[in-house]
Amino acid sequence: MQAVFFFVVAAFTVATALLVVTRPNIVHSAVALIFSFCGVAGIYVLLDAEFLGAVQVLIYVGGITILLLFAIMLTTRIATRVDVFNEQMGLSALIAGGITAILVYASLTGIQIAGEAPAPVETTPALGRLLMTTHVLPFELISILLLAAMVGAIILARREKE
Amino acid sequence: MIPVSYYLVLGAVLFGIGMFGVLTRRNAIAILMAVELMLNAVNVNFIAFSRYLPNSTLDGQVFAIFVIAVAAAEAAVGLAIVLGLYRNFHTVNVDEINLMKW
Repeated sequence: MQAVFFFVVAAFTVATALLVVTRPNIVHSAVALIFSFCGVAGIYVLLDAEFLGAVQVLIYVGGITILLLFAIMLTTRIATRVDVFNEQMGLSALIAGGITAILVYASLTGIQIAGEAPAPVETTPALGRLLMTTHVLPFELISILLLAAMVGAIILARREKE
Repeated sequence: MIPVSYYLVLGAVLFGIGMFGVLTRRNAIAILMAVELMLNAVNVNFIAFSRYLPNSTLDGQVFAIFVIAVAAAEAAVGLAIVLGLYRNFHTVNVDEINLMKW
C-alpha cells in the first residue's frame, strides 16, 4: 500500500518536474511547478513529516509560485517565447544525466543503515521543542536572514527616483 | 516499510532534472524555478534520512525547515534582481546580460 502510494506520487512529481524544465511557455512551467511541489508535499507526508508537508504547501505552493507568476507577468512579453533554450542542450543533458546516474548508483549501493528505523511518532511538537531549545541560535539567525532578504528585495525592486 | 533508497533515487532524479533546467534555460525566472526543484530534492533526502536513521532526533527535519526559509529568501531577492534587470535591459535572458562579464 505504502509502496503503491510512493510510486504514484513519485511518478507524478518527476513527470511534472520534467514539464517544468522542458515547456517552452514559462507560464506552463510555473503551473507544472505547483503540481511538482504538491507531489513533494505528498512524499513528506509519506515520510511521517506532516508539519513539513503543510509548510511545503503553504510556502512553496502558496508563496513562492505566486511570487514567480507575478514576476513572469511583469517581465515576459507574450511574443518573446521563441528560442527559450541555449545552445548547450546536449552537453547539459550529458552532465545532468551523468550526475543523476552517479547519484542513483550511490543511493542504490552505498547506503547501509545499521539498525531499525524508529516507529513513527507525532513529530510536530518535538520539532517545535527542538527549534526552541537545541537549534535556537540557527533559528534566530534565519530570522535575521529573512529580515535582511526582505529589506534587500524592497531596495532592489524599488524604482529609483530620477 | 519501503527501503530508504527509493526516496534517495527520487531525490537524485529531481536534482538531475533541476540541474538540466538550470543549465539549459535562458530565462532567469525559469532558472530560479529549476533551482527551487533542486532545493526540494535536497529536502527529500534530508527528511528521508531523518525518518530512517535509528536514534534519529529529527535534526533532518529541522534542517529542511532552514532550507525552506533560505529558499524563500532566495526567491524574494532573486525575483527583485530579475525585475531590476528587466527595468534596465528590457530582457530577462541571462545570456544577453553581460554587464559584469570580464
